[in-house]
Amino acid sequence: MKKLFILLFSFLTISANAVAAEGGEFKPGDMITHHIADDYTWHFADGVVLYLPVILIDNGQPQVFSSSNFYNENHELVPYNGYVLDHGHIYRADASGQPAADQSSLLDFSITKNVASLFISVALLLVVFFTIAGSYAKGKGRAPKGIQSFFEPIIIFIRDEIAKANIGPKYERYMPYLLTIFFFIWFNNLLGLMPGGANLTGNIAVTLVLATMTLLITVFSGNKSYWSHIFATPGVPTWLAPIMIPVELIGILTKPFSLMVRLFANITAGHIIILSLFSLIFIFESIFVAPLSVAFAIFMFFLELFVALLQAYIFTLLSAMYFGGAVEEHDHVGDHGHGDGAH
Amino acid sequence: MELVTPGIGLIFWQLVTFIIVLFLLSKFAWKPIMNALHERETSIENALSAAEKAKLEMQGLKAENEKLLAEARMERDKILKEASDAGNALIETAKQKANEEGSRMIAQARESIENEKRAAITEVKNMAAVLSVDIAERILRKELSNPQAQQELAKDYIKEVTLN
Repeated sequence: MKKLFILLFSFLTISANAVAAEGGEFKPGDMITHHIADDYTWHFADGVVLYLPVILIDNGQPQVFSSSNFYNENHELVPYNGYVLDHGHIYRADASGQPAADQSSLLDFSITKNVASLFISVALLLVVFFTIAGSYAKGKGRAPKGIQSFFEPIIIFIRDEIAKANIGPKYERYMPYLLTIFFFIWFNNLLGLMPGGANLTGNIAVTLVLATMTLLITVFSGNKSYWSHIFATPGVPTWLAPIMIPVELIGILTKPFSLMVRLFANITAGHIIILSLFSLIFIFESIFVAPLSVAFAIFMFFLELFVALLQAYIFTLLSAMYFGGAVEEHDHVGDHGHGDGAH
Repeated sequence: MELVTPGIGLIFWQLVTFIIVLFLLSKFAWKPIMNALHERETSIENALSAAEKAKLEMQGLKAENEKLLAEARMERDKILKEASDAGNALIETAKQKANEEGSRMIAQARESIENEKRAAITEVKNMAAVLSVDIAERILRKELSNPQAQQELAKDYIKEVTLN
């Protein structure tokens, strides 16, 4: 998939440059970046725009206003109330309406497109799983029905194949977290694929938070043997400790870092590929490219539907493996040479 | 670079929302769901093991029934055999008894016939004796009715006596 991506992207850049040299207006790079980046408005279709609220903390003073204030009647960006929206960010404006030099202690907590999408997905999660919990309470001990029978095998799969298999007997503690991240990531991946959907799981802030949660749970559930493998790896001479301890400490951080980057990159890449395929039509400015582009895009879309599930599974599985490593009771006899390095 | 720079706003909202969702789902969804699943699995397992147990019990009962049936059959055969034996023995004894009685009666009859015969013979003998004496008397009377005859007889006797 990566190779395909690189291939397509190189092809795309060459074509884009060619178009730019001819003085064309369409810039696929900007279009794609705009689509996968966060925004202060939710652009469903031409003319159907939802202006989301802007929340700023300026020197501890909260400022709340609609993002529509940044646009005039011609959809041009204008400064508002001493703030200016420039390249997808809000800055303090100077007298000329340009971003000022001093931007210290200006925090942006706006309900952006991604935040709004987050709320929608969370509402969906709550509705779906409260409904399912309700049907479990109603049909006690009976076979699952409807939506319940769709999710039950997935829940059982997460419990048996992910949690039980990787964490061991203490798996039950981690079930709520594993189930929540699995469905959170999956639902948001799918919502991101919907037309007009936000690229939430392809945003580094979201994956950062998820990966940090996994890191914190791993660190706080680490038992004696987990820490002893980090600070006194069995089978390693003591004089190597100055090298081993930093390496192991970096190892703690690289695991969630890889989680963060993997999810972000996979989802973003999928969006970029599909958008690039559609861009081809406009780059060549020919309707005859369309069938090929659409065929490829449909193929990619199905692949992305699969990737949406796969990435949720991988994130959950790896989190479970890290938890498993943290709570595992090591048998120190004969355990030399394969400590946490195996992970 | 824009893409890989996490924004503080989204981090904040994601963190807050995710923790709330994690809490809500754990408490109101995952807990009842996991409990229900566990309960159902336990109940299914119990039901299966109970069915298995019942099956084994049934098999045991069936075997026991068969054993009982076989025993009853054997008992019946034994009783029948005994009864027929007893009947045969009874018939045998009765036959023997009848035979014995018959032969005894025959012997008795024979004896009484013999006795009667003997008595009859004796009577005949006696009668014959009486008759002969009678006849002899009558003859004697007739012979001695005239004096000549008496004389002749007396002479005969005398002759005999003399001769002797």
